[in-house]
Amino acid sequence: MSETKTKETTYKPTSPNSKLDFASLWEYSAAPESSANLEIKEKYDLFIGGKFVKPSKDRYFKSVNPSSNEEVTQFAEATQKDVDKAVKAARKAFKGEWSDLNPSSRGKYIYRIARMLQERAREFAIAESIDGGKPIRESRDVDIPLAAAYFFYYAGWADKLEYAFPGKKPEALGVCGQIIPWNFPLLMLAWKIAPALACGNTVVLKPAETTSLTAMMFAELVKDAGLPDGVVNIVTGAGQTGAEIVNHKDTDKIAFTGSTNVGKIIQKSLAGTDKKYTLELGGKGALILFEDAPIDQAVEGIINAIYFNQGHVCCAGSRLLVQENIADKVIMKLKDRLETLIVGDPLDKNTDIGAINSKEQFDRVNTYLELGVEEGAEVYQSKCSVPENGYFIRPTLFTNVSQSNRVVQEEIFGPVLTVQSFRTADEAIEKANNTPFGLAGGVWTDKGSKIFKVGSALRSGVVWANTYNKFDPTSPFGGYKESGVGREGGLHGLSAYLNLK
Amino acid sequence: MSDRIEVQKTYKTYVGGSFPRSESGHYYKVFDSEGDFLANACRCTRKDFRDAVLAARAAFKGWSSRTAYNKGQILYRIGEMMENRRDQFVKELGQIGFTKEEANADINASIDRLIYYAGWTDKYQQVFGSVNPVASAHFNFSILEPTGVVSVLAPENSPLLGLVSVIAPIIAGGNTCIVHASEQYPLPSISFAEVLNSSDVPGGVVNILTGIRSELVEHFSSHMDVNSILYTDKIDKETKVKIDELASNNIKRVVKKNITDWYEKDSASPYFVVDFQETKTTWHPVGF
Repeated sequence: MSETKTKETTYKPTSPNSKLDFASLWEYSAAPESSANLEIKEKYDLFIGGKFVKPSKDRYFKSVNPSSNEEVTQFAEATQKDVDKAVKAARKAFKGEWSDLNPSSRGKYIYRIARMLQERAREFAIAESIDGGKPIRESRDVDIPLAAAYFFYYAGWADKLEYAFPGKKPEALGVCGQIIPWNFPLLMLAWKIAPALACGNTVVLKPAETTSLTAMMFAELVKDAGLPDGVVNIVTGAGQTGAEIVNHKDTDKIAFTGSTNVGKIIQKSLAGTDKKYTLELGGKGALILFEDAPIDQAVEGIINAIYFNQGHVCCAGSRLLVQENIADKVIMKLKDRLETLIVGDPLDKNTDIGAINSKEQFDRVNTYLELGVEEGAEVYQSKCSVPENGYFIRPTLFTNVSQSNRVVQEEIFGPVLTVQSFRTADEAIEKANNTPFGLAGGVWTDKGSKIFKVGSALRSGVVWANTYNKFDPTSPFGGYKESGVGREGGLHGLSAYLNLK
Repeated sequence: MSDRIEVQKTYKTYVGGSFPRSESGHYYKVFDSEGDFLANACRCTRKDFRDAVLAARAAFKGWSSRTAYNKGQILYRIGEMMENRRDQFVKELGQIGFTKEEANADINASIDRLIYYAGWTDKYQQVFGSVNPVASAHFNFSILEPTGVVSVLAPENSPLLGLVSVIAPIIAGGNTCIVHASEQYPLPSISFAEVLNSSDVPGGVVNILTGIRSELVEHFSSHMDVNSILYTDKIDKETKVKIDELASNNIKRVVKKNITDWYEKDSASPYFVVDFQETKTTWHPVGF
C-alpha cells in the first residue's frame, strides 16, 4: 500500500460521490498466458490443393506482433499465378470428390474441423493474440470457441439444405473466393468457410496480411482432418492478392468482409459479371441509452460495445446517444470505468485492451483523434500507462460533438466513443439512422415494448437490447445500406452459398 | 358512328400521387402497331427522377409501417380497380397489337398477380423469418424489413403484365419505387397509375416515369438515396456494367432477373418479395 501511495496519481474522481479509489485498488500482477506450447514456423507457404507450396515468385512478407513490433513469422505472397493455381485446385475438387460425396459425409468433415478446433483452441487463441494484438481473454473466450461453434452449426446443415428454402432446390455455387479482415481472423474464416463447405462449395480464402497466422494453422488442421485436396485453399498476401481472387474468371462467388471503401471497389470490379457476392462492410453503430435503463449495467454494455477488441469491430457501438437528463451521470460513470481498463500486453489475462492491429491502423486512429479535437470536440482519455513498444491507444471519449462531425459520421475502427444526447425517442432514432451505415445498433431500457419499438425503427441488420457485441452461429448478421449486402450466420447465411433453383 | 370529336387523354407521369408533366417539357411520340401516331409521352429527365425519389423516400416510412393485413387489402384493391377498367386496358393493348383475347389474358394475369401478392403480404414473414436458438439468455429473432426505395426498369415488351409483376412484389414487401415504364409502350403504365391512384395506395409508393431508357438508366442506377435497382430484361453488356458500377457507389442491391415470359410459373414467387428485403436480427434480453 505504502508503495502505491508514493506513486504520482493524476486521476481525480470526476464526482464527489465517487467511491472508487483507483490509486490504491487496481493493482494487478502480470499474468501472462504461456506461449511455450505454440510452435510458430519461420515462414509459411501457400495452402493449395491440399499441399503447402512455395509462392511462384518466391516472395515472402513479414508479420509483426503489434504489441512489441517484433517479427512473428513470414507469409508467402500469392500472385496471379498462385491464385490461378488455387482456383484450379478448388474447381477440380468441386467437380470431383467434394461433389460426389454424400451430404452427410460432407457434414462429418465439417464436424471434424469443429472438434479439432476445440481440441487445439488454446494454441489458436495464443497465436491470435500474438499475431493480431487482441487480449488473450477475448481470443480464448470469444474468437476461438465461436469459430468452432460456427463449424459445428453449419456442419449439421450439410444434409438438411432442402428444408431451408421452401419450394426451391438448392445447389452449390462452385468455387467461392473469400477475403477476410484482420479484426477477428479465425472467426471470420469460420464465418466464410463453414457455410460455404456445408453448401457443397470449395473455397479459396485470403486472410488479411497482418493476421494470417491462424489461417495457416487452420490449413494444417484441414490437412489433419483429412478433407479432400483442394476443398480448402488458403493464399496469403495483401490487397493485390485479393484483387486477383475477385477478378479471377473462374470464381462463382465472392465473399468479402472489410471496409466500405474496399467493398465498393469489389462491387464495382464485379460489374457486368453474374458472380454472386456478399459484402460485410463498415458501421457506425449507435447505442441508445434511455433514462429508464439500469445505468450501471448499461455502462458495462457500452464499454463492451466500443472497447471490445480495441474497437476493431465493424459493428462496434461507436456512438453513444444518451437521454439528456442522465447524460452527465452516465458520462461521469463512463469516465470512472475507463480508468479501470487495463491497456497492455495482449497475452496478459488481466488486459482489457490490447494492441492496435498495425501501424497503419494506429496512425489512422490517431488522425481521427486529432480531427475530433480540431472539430471542436472535448476529448477524454484514461490515464493508464501503456507499454513503450508496440501500438497502443488509451480508451477515448469524445463529448460535445455534433451529428455532422466526421468523428460521428465516419468509421474510426478504434477505441473511440462519441457521446451525444437526445430528448425524445424520435430524436434518438433520427440521429441513430443518420449515417450511410446500417450494421448494428443498441438499445438500453428497462421497458420491453420500447425495445421492440425503437429496434424496429433502427435501419440496421442487428439490434442488441441491453447487451452488445453478442454473436452466435444461429444468428444472422449483416448490414443495411452501405454496411453491406447479404447475411452471414443462421439459416439466412446459407442462401449466400446456394443457387436456388 | 357519331361524328363527335373524341376527347383524347394527355399521358403524363405519376409522381407522389399526382400526375405532373415532365419538368423538362420534353416529349416523345408513341405509335400504334400500324405505325400511326397514338400520343405524346413525357420524356423524363434527371430532374423528374429526383423528384420521384423524393416522393418515394417521403412515402417509405408510412408505407413500410402499414400493417401486413392493410398492405394486403390495398394490393387486393388494386386488383379490384383493374377489373373495373378492363375496357381501357383492352383498348390500349389493342392499339399496340394485342388481339382482344391476348389483351384479356394479359389483364386477367395482371389482376391475378396482384391478388397473389396481396396474399403474400402477411405470410412471407412467417415463411422467411426465424427464431434463432442462441446459446445465451436472449430471445433472438430475425425478421424481414423492406430495403427502402427501389428503382425499376420495367420490362420493355410486357407493358402491363410485366409492369404489374415487378411492382407488386416490391410494394407488397413495404418498399416504395420509381418505375421506368416500357419505352416503346408507355401508355398502359399511365393507365395503371390511374388504377393505383384510385385504390388507396398512398401517393409516392409507386412513381411511374416515361421516357428514353438510355437517357434514364444512369440516374436510376446512381442516385444515392435509392437502395436497390431491379431489371428483368436481357440488356447489353455495356449497360449492365454501367448499372453495376454506378450501383456500387452506395452499395445498391442490384436485382437482375431474366424473365421473358411473364406467364411462366417462376415469374411470380415469394422469393421476388424477399429480393427486396433486409434481414434484421434482434437480441432481446430474457430474465426476471
